[in-house]
Amino acid sequence: MSRTLSAPVTVAFDYTRSTGPVLGRFLTGLRDGVLVAGRTSAGEVVVPPLEYDPVTHQQTTDFVEVAPVGTVTSWTWVPEPVAAQPFDRPFAFALVTLDGATKPMFHAVDVASPSEISTGMRVQVRWADERVGHINDIACFEPVAELDEVESGAGGPGRARPQPRDEAATEQSRPEPVTGVITPVSLDYVYAASPEESTFYRGLDEGRILGQRCPTCDKVYVPPRSACPSDGTPTEGEIELSGLGTITTFCIVNVPFLGQKITPPYVSAYVLLDGADIALLHLILGVPADEVRMGMRVKAVWKPREEWAYSLENIDHFAPTGDPDADYDTYKRHL
Amino acid sequence: MRDVAVVGFAQRQMPDFDGSPTCVEMLVPILAEIYEQTGWTRRDVGFWCSGSSDYLAGRSFSFVQAVDAIGVTPPVNESHVEMDLAWAMYEAWIKIQTGEVDTAVVYAFGKSSAGVLRRTLALQLDPYTMTPLWPDTVSLAGLQARAGIDAGLWDERAMAEVANRSLTDAEKNDYSIRKGGSSVEELLARPMYADPLRKHDCSPVTDGAAAIVLAAGDKAYEVRDKPAWISGLSHFVDSPSIGNRDLTRSPSAANAAAKVDLNGVEVAELHAPFSHQELILRRELGLGDDVRINPSGGALTSNPMFSGGGIRIGETAQRIWSGEVAKGVAHATSGAALQQNLLCVLESSTGKDA
Repeated sequence: MSRTLSAPVTVAFDYTRSTGPVLGRFLTGLRDGVLVAGRTSAGEVVVPPLEYDPVTHQQTTDFVEVAPVGTVTSWTWVPEPVAAQPFDRPFAFALVTLDGATKPMFHAVDVASPSEISTGMRVQVRWADERVGHINDIACFEPVAELDEVESGAGGPGRARPQPRDEAATEQSRPEPVTGVITPVSLDYVYAASPEESTFYRGLDEGRILGQRCPTCDKVYVPPRSACPSDGTPTEGEIELSGLGTITTFCIVNVPFLGQKITPPYVSAYVLLDGADIALLHLILGVPADEVRMGMRVKAVWKPREEWAYSLENIDHFAPTGDPDADYDTYKRHL
Repeated sequence: MRDVAVVGFAQRQMPDFDGSPTCVEMLVPILAEIYEQTGWTRRDVGFWCSGSSDYLAGRSFSFVQAVDAIGVTPPVNESHVEMDLAWAMYEAWIKIQTGEVDTAVVYAFGKSSAGVLRRTLALQLDPYTMTPLWPDTVSLAGLQARAGIDAGLWDERAMAEVANRSLTDAEKNDYSIRKGGSSVEELLARPMYADPLRKHDCSPVTDGAAAIVLAAGDKAYEVRDKPAWISGLSHFVDSPSIGNRDLTRSPSAANAAAKVDLNGVEVAELHAPFSHQELILRRELGLGDDVRINPSGGALTSNPMFSGGGIRIGETAQRIWSGEVAKGVAHATSGAALQQNLLCVLESSTGKDA
């Protein structure tokens, strides 16, 4: 048996940002199939444009179009791509100085092996099939086909030129400038419980509620902790609790929210298990919400055994025992 | 300025920590070591500062949970930075300079192995033009290494020399997770990984935590006969725009070096997670051949996120305490491809004793 329990967890969100005028101009350009650079006070032509000048700190206002063709100034092989990179097979990341620019930009280059790319190589933009005003509107760079380079040169009518917009589009029908970008972020982890938490969850899997005692202050923690937050001492031992307890405080949830599993109104309460010094947050059922009160005696109601897992949800809810309420003095220090 | 010294240091480094990403169970024994070294209890610590990131932990408020390791009844004077231990120490040093406190313990932790570290770190980049491409740490270092090779500033052999020396020195460091030097030829015969980087050019993914103790004036002598006095502390940052940096240089490291006195430095612990980055730093700091580089084996052999930089300070301080050296410099980096750089000069003398 491993020392700790672990489980996969994914943290995901759509990273949604407004662009401001400078990056908005650049991203609008990508959507429209052109590369917009910014000119700095030192005369550098930078793509993507810098929002603020590195010397004068003034907002960039001088924009210039550069070619979708350029030169690799550095590159690295990506032998084991990570999720959401431009390719899910080996490829190159590179710094590419576009014709007309003086500083390189970062992007992927679609080559099959490191022997197919070199510093100084000529590459061109491969546009994404659908462009929305995002850095991924550039699908990647690709080596300039020799024929293109010879016949048309940089900026010529080669493969780098995107599909032209509908020439009949009028000023009125031109899409609005890009003002925001959304980047989906999804991060995968293996989340491990501490050894003390693992003891707790293994107990739940056997239908037991296990706590531990802080050897410094003698308080019993459920769940046990790697350090008593008062003393910094790891909790010790194994104290099995009965599942009987007292409601110290509670709230009636009336407000619906994303991911809610129970239909409001319902009662969420702190239950101080007999023998414990820290209350557990859990659900109260088996009683009308308006009859739940501080001091009410409750007991754990377990799900059917076949539904048990390493989870506090093995306890479906707490329900009143029908016993007389606990004296205030027995839980007043836990409020 | 008040004289402030590093008087305590404890660390843990491992390839694969099986516990919680809040690292509380790793911090408890580290803090116990700190109390043993200093003879203090937590009540003797004037200020606490920690370094960590929830992106690494994959959960929210991991640093709040970590405070459990201190024990906070009654409450403690405490802060946090989403930076390496070295920057947490910088904040504590300033706190001591204000005169509000005389002592501080700083700690940092990170379970890098919980996620895909080189991918997670893409979130520290420009969110519009970089993060959506998920530039991983190794790729950015590869671009930097190639730029230097193309410019003739270093070659694969020079990188292998760094790796071989680091792996050899790491044999003497119980905490290094990759060790065992061989020869430059043998290293160069190994296959490319992320061309132009071989695996030994990249620090291994490392879990770990560390703590540093600071004390001012006489408080320092209560702990150590030879405190490691901080005679210089400086940090600078370069542009976040990769394309607008000369990746073969590190102006921020050079700026930091210009603000401290590196004359007479005998040992330098450089936080270089990739072999070529040590070459950049040696140049920017102007370190001569007589300066011993990374006798611990350095970050190339073990680089726990959020403590890898501060561990350089601790390693240097230990050599001052033991009398092995009289002056050393520790370096910490953060951000992409040496974007941010901090230097901490440690000396056996405050300069006021003589």
